[in-house]
Amino acid sequence: MYVAVKGGERAIDNAHQWLAEERRGDPSVPELTIPQIREQMKLAVNRVMAEGSLFDPDLAALAIKQARGDLIEAVFLIRAYRTTLPRLAASYPVDTGAMAVDRRISATFKDLPGGQVLGPTFDYTHRLLDFALMAEGEPSDTPSPPEEKGRSEGQARVPHVTSFLNRDGLIETADPSDATPPDLSREPMELPADRALRLQALTRGDEGFVLSMAYSTQRGYGRTHAFVGELRIGTVAVEVDIPELGFAVEIGEIELTECETVNQFKGSRTEPPQFTRGYGLVMGQSERKAISMSLVDRALRWKELGEDFTGAPAQDEEFVLMHADNIQATGFLEHIKLPHYVDFQAELELVRKLRSEAMAMQEAAE
Amino acid sequence: MTDASPLTRKTWMATLAKAAPARLAALFPDLPPHHVLRQPEIGAVMVRGRVGSTGAPFNLGEMTVTRASVRLATGEVGHAWVQGRDKAHALRAAAVDALMQTDRANDLTAQVLYPLESEARSHREARAAKAAGTKVDFFTMVRGEDK
Repeated sequence: MYVAVKGGERAIDNAHQWLAEERRGDPSVPELTIPQIREQMKLAVNRVMAEGSLFDPDLAALAIKQARGDLIEAVFLIRAYRTTLPRLAASYPVDTGAMAVDRRISATFKDLPGGQVLGPTFDYTHRLLDFALMAEGEPSDTPSPPEEKGRSEGQARVPHVTSFLNRDGLIETADPSDATPPDLSREPMELPADRALRLQALTRGDEGFVLSMAYSTQRGYGRTHAFVGELRIGTVAVEVDIPELGFAVEIGEIELTECETVNQFKGSRTEPPQFTRGYGLVMGQSERKAISMSLVDRALRWKELGEDFTGAPAQDEEFVLMHADNIQATGFLEHIKLPHYVDFQAELELVRKLRSEAMAMQEAAE
Repeated sequence: MTDASPLTRKTWMATLAKAAPARLAALFPDLPPHHVLRQPEIGAVMVRGRVGSTGAPFNLGEMTVTRASVRLATGEVGHAWVQGRDKAHALRAAAVDALMQTDRANDLTAQVLYPLESEARSHREARAAKAAGTKVDFFTMVRGEDK
């Protein structure tokens, strides 16, 4: 029997040509530019950078355009691109205490030093469609928000809320170390994972997945009694040792969202009663993801805090870490649509054989 | 290093790295005669954070970076590591780094580095001032039982 093993090249070429045409859409509508996507679809760009695990707004915008707005496809393009880049260095850990803060709120302390700064937030909007944005012609003049120069002094360092509780010993500390963290983009993830590896997997994990995991803890599957101790968004400098010079230089600035949760903790066999912490740090302005990440981080810490494993999915490190990556998930899920003719032929033979055996047995019994 | 400029090398390299490529090109359009020691190379830097902002380091994700090195006809060597993928930006920054080691340092400080620094500062201050405008003022209410 002869089986077709090649072919379809013409069909594939034509499909790709049609894809390009569909991507462009109606040619009477002006084509999107990369700067337009970068500036006006910024939160989509942020998501592609965070999950693609590469901070480069122009590339993320290009990926979104090429992927026709399919953000997971865009993340895939970024992940593929980053494998072509040589790794030149690793930075010093960024100092979020020195962040130039656009937004910084606390749900636990009303009058925190530095104040509650709302920033450009969707919170308190009415979630009503704004048809003015749809209006044709000249864009309406958006008034620039008032600037209050006098109140921005003391922005040089914004202390973290958890440091206030630290002073009273009411909250666990996060002691500094200079250990080199494991890197799942270099070595396959091994379980059990330490907290550094878990945080890397969560920060590049799918936002929807991490959100759902976090939500499940709130609904009782591995409850952690979380408060948002602090949420901050802003830019930090990235500093790298320059080998040619023998000293460190700031080579750029990136926007980050950081969330620290403060969690009620009654104490365990190994730990005294005190507040515990969950941590989220995500590229770009991505506060839903950062809050979700800190809740899931805290849920995954049950073992080191001596808590009970209740069987909740969010406590199950293997379940969370092995399913958080949307590129791995997409790859495995979508591969089943590709030709499996030989596998299926084998299955077909097997089912035919089983059927004929079963029919023969039935006939013999009658 | 003949350091006539009040800036340190660490400071000016950071200013050049963070500058918008087009702005640096406008302030410093023509490169001096030079030999490229290292062709501009695009790569990635793994950015790290700390657990709980103060604890052990973890890998947050990468950022794109371009590096280059040049030697001037007069012998000074300049290096650059700049954010993004703009090769011309890296070469230009390396050339400024090299010139900052010559007697042109003061000119470049005034014509290139101070303008870049002051624009970056204005940008930062404008954002900080907008943020300050969204700072919440709480009103205190007198409650009956406090009388």
